[in-house]
Amino acid sequence: MMDDAQFGLFLIGLFAATLRVATPLVLGTLGEVYTERSGVLNLGIEGIMFLGAFVGFAAAFQAEQAGLSAYLWIGLLSALLAGVLMGLLMGFFSVSLGTNQHVAGLGITLLCTSLSLFGFRLVFGERSVLPSIDPFPQLAPFENIPVLGPLLNQYLLTYVAFLILVPLSWWMLNRTTFGLQVQAVGENPEAVDAAGLSVSKIRYVVLALGGALMAAGGAFLSLAQLGAFSPGIVAGRGWVCIALVIFSRWHPVRAALGALLFGGVFALQLRLQTMGFDLPFELFLALPYLVTILALALAGRRVSYPAAYLRPYRRE
Amino acid sequence: MKIHFERRPAPLWLRLLIPVISVGLTFVLTAGFVTAVDASPWQATYYFLLDPFSSQVKAIEVLVKATPLLLTGAAVAFAFAGGYWNIGAEGQLYMGAVAATAVGLQMEGRPAWLAIALVVLAGIAGGMLWALLPALMKVRLKIDEVVTTLLLNSVALFFVSALLNGPWRDPVSQWPQSPEIDAAAILPRLIPRARLHLGFVFAVVVIVLFWFVLNRTAFGVKLRAVGFNRDAARFSGIRVDRSLLAVALISGGIAGLAGAGEVAGIHFHLIDAISPGYGYTGILIATLGSLNALGIALAAVFIGLIDTGAQTVSRVLGVPVYLGDVIQATLLLVTLAMLLLQNYRLSFKRGPRIPAGNR
Repeated sequence: MMDDAQFGLFLIGLFAATLRVATPLVLGTLGEVYTERSGVLNLGIEGIMFLGAFVGFAAAFQAEQAGLSAYLWIGLLSALLAGVLMGLLMGFFSVSLGTNQHVAGLGITLLCTSLSLFGFRLVFGERSVLPSIDPFPQLAPFENIPVLGPLLNQYLLTYVAFLILVPLSWWMLNRTTFGLQVQAVGENPEAVDAAGLSVSKIRYVVLALGGALMAAGGAFLSLAQLGAFSPGIVAGRGWVCIALVIFSRWHPVRAALGALLFGGVFALQLRLQTMGFDLPFELFLALPYLVTILALALAGRRVSYPAAYLRPYRRE
Repeated sequence: MKIHFERRPAPLWLRLLIPVISVGLTFVLTAGFVTAVDASPWQATYYFLLDPFSSQVKAIEVLVKATPLLLTGAAVAFAFAGGYWNIGAEGQLYMGAVAATAVGLQMEGRPAWLAIALVVLAGIAGGMLWALLPALMKVRLKIDEVVTTLLLNSVALFFVSALLNGPWRDPVSQWPQSPEIDAAAILPRLIPRARLHLGFVFAVVVIVLFWFVLNRTAFGVKLRAVGFNRDAARFSGIRVDRSLLAVALISGGIAGLAGAGEVAGIHFHLIDAISPGYGYTGILIATLGSLNALGIALAAVFIGLIDTGAQTVSRVLGVPVYLGDVIQATLLLVTLAMLLLQNYRLSFKRGPRIPAGNR
């Protein structure tokens, strides 16, 4: 068994990994919190994360080949752009046309997934060795401090997600006019319309923003964590985000805590696996879904979805 | 510019034309992906739509591909028609496959008719069981079924993976696949040397039953009333919760049957890739077929055609095989948009059409 020092190292490694694993989850969840607050369930999230991972990687790869030193940023920017476009496409269906949101969202997931796989094959052909890039480095702001050093050895995107985007999202949603408009659109679009604001415009903006955040989550996987793209890269993380949004009751800070909690569970099962424990690790992987369903069952009728959730707005 | 909707059902000729226009538009929209590899979109379209009919072997393979799709399409359409948004056909299919495998492994020495009956029933029961929890949460706790059914898909996949990496791991090859089910439980082939199996007959029967129940029974009328307007149905004395529960379970059972068919008709053991997303494709088929039996049948065969065609196009023209999936996804979105033409008249006008006095 481990002695105290080893156990300490194990814990530090675990916490550091937790932050890494939680980064794409918190990005995607924030994106979905925005869209759902405005009344749109975007089930395109799984696909948009996948597309973000692919577009980010493909663009960065090409830019790196072309000798551009900012290739990673070009990749990230391309991914964000792809996410915005897909958010707008979701807007076209759920806002302009007012079609069924879950079918439109799943359609976008299917489209993004198939486009990415098609594009990957098109750009890179069939290779036995996956193409890779030199990924984002981890920052080491406190390299020489014992415990804190390794713990804060994280990617820039992790810092941005937890220290900037989470508080910023909370502030935006609760303390700015725009945030209040988003919430109003999600609760009572008729009133927003009557006040002379455009329900469609607000929802479009939110969907574009949400799409960018989701794509950033996917791009984190390919540009920072792996430096490569593979068909299994997102592996249901988008659905975990859907679960986390409900788990967090549409609140950015609780979303971050939820992402950390489930990130911790993932990181733990990964570590236990590599240490040779014979566990049905799938049980751990299924945990976020089961916990969310359990939470829903326990909260029952008290879960307060945005009132205009799943409802297209049409002036009759 | 604003798009205005006026609720007015389209004439019959337009309704029949909508799927045709959707398919045409989809092929136009995706033509660019074919030219991206310097292949001819005309040739690709030929391989997708006509080549599968050029030989009996290929035509039968289309029906093989269509078999699970007929079932998942019917499963999703039945739920949607009843006002229950079952996004969980994928997971229900997997749990049907698990139950069918579990029973199929125990069928040594049983007569084939009994073994097949038990495997099929197990598949249906497995799918129903997986549909039960979200359905109960829906009727008892009023919890939205979209998210719960969706999340349970992932759980089902992890469960299958745990089985295949644990108790069911093939003892000989150590691959994550279950041992083969007993020969007695294998669904007989309909045509020698082709993969078309008894499951196709089950699928056709389900489609016919789907039509019959929805159009010729009191239960069907009630469930469609619930699907159309839940509150109105409740006021007219229909027991809405009971209807939703029944619809959810039947939908799950049909999806489970699809899983049983894939295990006992095609693979003979459980693998984690037993479905490349048939449950989600079921949503496409239900939408494309506008929730009607004939429409679903045609849509399922059509998607079978695209699946078969994608492989030919990839082999002959060198277009990545994922083109088939791109076409399917595009078709879903195009159809979703086109369906508005069925129920609404669109008009494109500047500014809102509200009488000045009301503003």
